[in-house]
Amino acid sequence: MSENYAPKSAVGRWFNDRLPLLNLIYGHLLPYPTPKNLNYWWTFGGILTFCLVTQIITGLVLAMHYVADADLAFASVEHIMRDVNYGWLLRYIHANGASLFFMAVYIHMARSLFYGSYKEPRELIWIIGVFIFLLMIATAFMGYVLPWGQMSFWGATVITNLFSAIPLVGESVTNWLWGGYAVGSPLLTRFFTLHYLMPFLIFALVILHVWALHVPGNNNPEGINVVQGSQDTVPFHPHYVVKDMFALVVFLVVFAGFVFFVPNLLGHTDNYIEANPLQTPEHIVPEWYFLPFYAILRSVPDKLGGVILMVSAIAILAFLPWLDTSKVRSAKYRPLYRQFVWLFFANVILLGYLGAQTADGLFLIIGRIATAYYFAHFIIILPLLGYIEKTKPLPKSLSEPVLSPEERQMKAAASGASA
Amino acid sequence: MSEKQVTRRNFLYVTTGAFAAAGAVSLAWPFVDQMNPDASVKALASTEIDLRPIIPGQSITVMWRGKPVFIRRRTQAEIDEAKKVNLADLPHPEADSDRAQNPEWLVMVGICTHLGCVPLGQKGDYNGWFCPCHGSHYDTSGRIRKGPAPTNLEIPDYVFLNETTIKIG
Repeated sequence: MSENYAPKSAVGRWFNDRLPLLNLIYGHLLPYPTPKNLNYWWTFGGILTFCLVTQIITGLVLAMHYVADADLAFASVEHIMRDVNYGWLLRYIHANGASLFFMAVYIHMARSLFYGSYKEPRELIWIIGVFIFLLMIATAFMGYVLPWGQMSFWGATVITNLFSAIPLVGESVTNWLWGGYAVGSPLLTRFFTLHYLMPFLIFALVILHVWALHVPGNNNPEGINVVQGSQDTVPFHPHYVVKDMFALVVFLVVFAGFVFFVPNLLGHTDNYIEANPLQTPEHIVPEWYFLPFYAILRSVPDKLGGVILMVSAIAILAFLPWLDTSKVRSAKYRPLYRQFVWLFFANVILLGYLGAQTADGLFLIIGRIATAYYFAHFIIILPLLGYIEKTKPLPKSLSEPVLSPEERQMKAAASGASA
Repeated sequence: MSEKQVTRRNFLYVTTGAFAAAGAVSLAWPFVDQMNPDASVKALASTEIDLRPIIPGQSITVMWRGKPVFIRRRTQAEIDEAKKVNLADLPHPEADSDRAQNPEWLVMVGICTHLGCVPLGQKGDYNGWFCPCHGSHYDTSGRIRKGPAPTNLEIPDYVFLNETTIKIG
């Protein structure tokens, strides 16, 4: 496909003969064969790319006004909000953009779980995705520290203290991270540097993610293999370009709703109070997108155990392609998995709710059960289901499930005749 | 497979590789160590405090190395409570006499040993300190009694310079 591409202009041809960049872009964006039945859950890849670019652009301009120093950071953010032309808009886009980025990535991951997109031959796409998710977590956390409000400061304190749970070297490691004996200016400066760097690393991983995707091609709602270039595929452009654009516009309506009407809904009011190392806020909560993992951390009474469990909750995702022993991808053809995957989603939402509550009494007990279930899903339910589940017969092609019985017969007769 | 002979070329490969690796590691160290606490941070290592204004039952919080330090002049009731505890009942057994040089003055780093929040004074189930972040309860000697914190509140190095002044650090 891409080899046949010839730029129309003489300049384009001159350039492309010397560096076939246009060939590469053309091949991956225009005729790239895509299963014809992708639903709207598949549009979040494009939406996520948009989110990343938005964060990079708004972040770049915010960095022109922000000062990464413990004495000046809070005031510089207020300066952005009050004095800088359109500073309020840029900051609100950046802050809400982070939340919507996570909203989109969770939907994107849930889609992969539901339709089995992580399975052979797409394991590496999924694993690269887990690394992107990890980098997103680090980037978002460091970004939240930069305004140097109370939640920034105490969030940074709690999370960097997680490293003190490491046996023997824990204290040295935390002092090294802090560049001091407590969270302060040195930490803020290095977090700013890393917060600036990481989105570019994410961008590089996104290129690998798409590259790895374009080797086997997209999974699809039926979860069956489609032959690239057969009647089951359509060119990416215009079919999915238009579908992705429409989904993006709908997403932007939601985005604009947050930015212009409730820009602080997902934030925490305590972060408009400047950091005070002598006073911990009554109730420290992370940003909403970290709540399920925070609930897992708090469900363990032991410090090191809590940290290990929280890290495992993310790390276990990388092993998912091998923990799920079923060969059938889509939950549509897995009657048991279909129920368990919804139970898993509900459990994650429950953990998120518990992460926002105080960790005692009934909440703590439910939190422990939900944490146990989270891990049981991966290490007990998924491996077992592959052996005990009776899956439904898979269609031979993407057309088959949507044809009427007569059409199906005609098709069978036609293929029988040609065979 | 033929028997492997160590040639002069093998030797050169290994020694060159070893030198390059040692060089890379030693060059990496400055890039790692630059993140450690610097000279200006270490210079703030000690603080002197005048204790005269504090009456029994009152606490002050001072900053030492960027961390809050609680200095509490304990009441007799608090001292008695701290002393009568059976050490076997403690998650991190330490006698009160090992934690306070002078029983009237309790000096400790005001940072929860769980994840670093600042505990609130004279709260919690043991009348000592209570950490609002994840619910750790400390007693009147700053010892962990209940909750996720693994150890007692840390006692910094300090000396009584005279009756009414202490030096932390």
